Amino acid sequence: MTFKSKLLNDEEVRRALTRIAHEVIEKNKGTDKLCFVGIHTRGISLAKRLVDLVEKFEGKRVPMGILDITLYRDDLSEIGLQPKVRETRIPFDLGGKAVVLVDDVLYTGRTARAALDALIDQGRPSRIYLAVLVDRGHRELPIRADFVGKNLPTSKSEVVKVKTQEDDGEDAVELWEVEAS
Amino acid sequence: MGGGGIVSETATPNFPKHLLDFRDWKRHQVESLLETAQMMQEVLARPVKKVPALTGFTVATVFFEPSTRTRISFELAARRMSADVVSFSGATSSTTKGETYRDTLRTLDQMGIDAYILRTDAAGVPHQAHGWLHKPVINAGDGWRAHPTQALLDAFTLREKLGSLEGKKIAIVGDILHSRVARSNAELLPMLGATVVACGPATLLPGSLPGAALTTHLREALHEADAVMVLRLQKERMEKGLLPSLPEYIAAYQITHERLNWAKPGAPLLHPGPMNRDVELEGTLADSPQSLVERQVANGQAVRMAVLYHVLVGKS
Repeated sequence: MTFKSKLLNDEEVRRALTRIAHEVIEKNKGTDKLCFVGIHTRGISLAKRLVDLVEKFEGKRVPMGILDITLYRDDLSEIGLQPKVRETRIPFDLGGKAVVLVDDVLYTGRTARAALDALIDQGRPSRIYLAVLVDRGHRELPIRADFVGKNLPTSKSEVVKVKTQEDDGEDAVELWEVEAS
Repeated sequence: MGGGGIVSETATPNFPKHLLDFRDWKRHQVESLLETAQMMQEVLARPVKKVPALTGFTVATVFFEPSTRTRISFELAARRMSADVVSFSGATSSTTKGETYRDTLRTLDQMGIDAYILRTDAAGVPHQAHGWLHKPVINAGDGWRAHPTQALLDAFTLREKLGSLEGKKIAIVGDILHSRVARSNAELLPMLGATVVACGPATLLPGSLPGAALTTHLREALHEADAVMVLRLQKERMEKGLLPSLPEYIAAYQITHERLNWAKPGAPLLHPGPMNRDVELEGTLADSPQSLVERQVANGQAVRMAVLYHVLVGKS
């Protein structure tokens, strides 16, 4: 893969997350019943930031969980490489909650589909929202995000890499090109 | 996820597509499997204990030797992963009509089975079956030779209690000679860094046990042990003249509250079941806080879910 360009720098990532936090609070009319669930790996770091921002703006810390969607993937019977099953931990009752599902990039929609199934297996939220830092298009399923940091038109031969301070040592969104094989 | 094309960063190393014993498994693969089992515990703790991971796979439990608990544990594990399960019981089916193992398995293979969980009274059949079928085979016990998922659940239970097994001493006490559980543990636990000492009367010890030191002295076996695993004493052994009498075995080898104190303070007690209370162990010991017997059974299901996941998902 070759690096093409930096789409968002740390300041722009911070502003996008700040706006998403405000939009979540506005849409939910406060923090009542609100919670965040981050999807491995970078969705977890982003969800933590959103929880911190919501606390900063509203003075209340809302619960957060982490979700691994591996066991809900729709391609397990055909893939070559075996994905590692990672931790799912939702240390609160999802019943009646307004859940904001957080992922780094929305692309085909298959991860979000799997995440919805995984969440619903754990309880009955009153509402599920989807928040992503980047929506890069190319959906294969009828899924859309409720909160988007940045819409980025991309081609299928490109890869959008979200980097976070926690996972990669810096906040950034980068565009890479897969070499033709 | 979702970035596209970055799945490989969380992919696990290529696993053997069978579990016959641990010869083809490396330490990091076993450790990765035990980590997956940890994740499966979370699934088992939910109100709805089911995930769609193995939807579309069909798993056959083929038991040529009767066993209820192991079969139930495997079948529940497969069902909780959404696999379809069929059961074949050799003791009540066509083998009594003279069909060979090979013919039975090849017949099943024509019905589109994706993986076989095999138990046989004869050692080595799962290995042969792996060659006949070209499909994943999981050994659920073959003769006295191996019972790898039992060893995995023992290792999982020990790690849950003791943390890393590096440098830990595990004593296995009882009828070592006829025990596939002892053999599989002697193979697996040293891979994870533990030392294994197997102890029993001379007539119930094998000439050698790869991976383990052998002794007839119980006090020596238990000295400084971090955990004690007790094996079932089958009463048929007396009839074959391997033991003079039950009271004699009990006097020398029964694990009692008092003798358990020879091990490290608080050393946990394991037993693969089914137990003969007041034979190989003092009856009340099984219910004491040191006993992990029930934990072993619960962990068995999570470990078997992990085994099915690793053996079935991903091309080799």
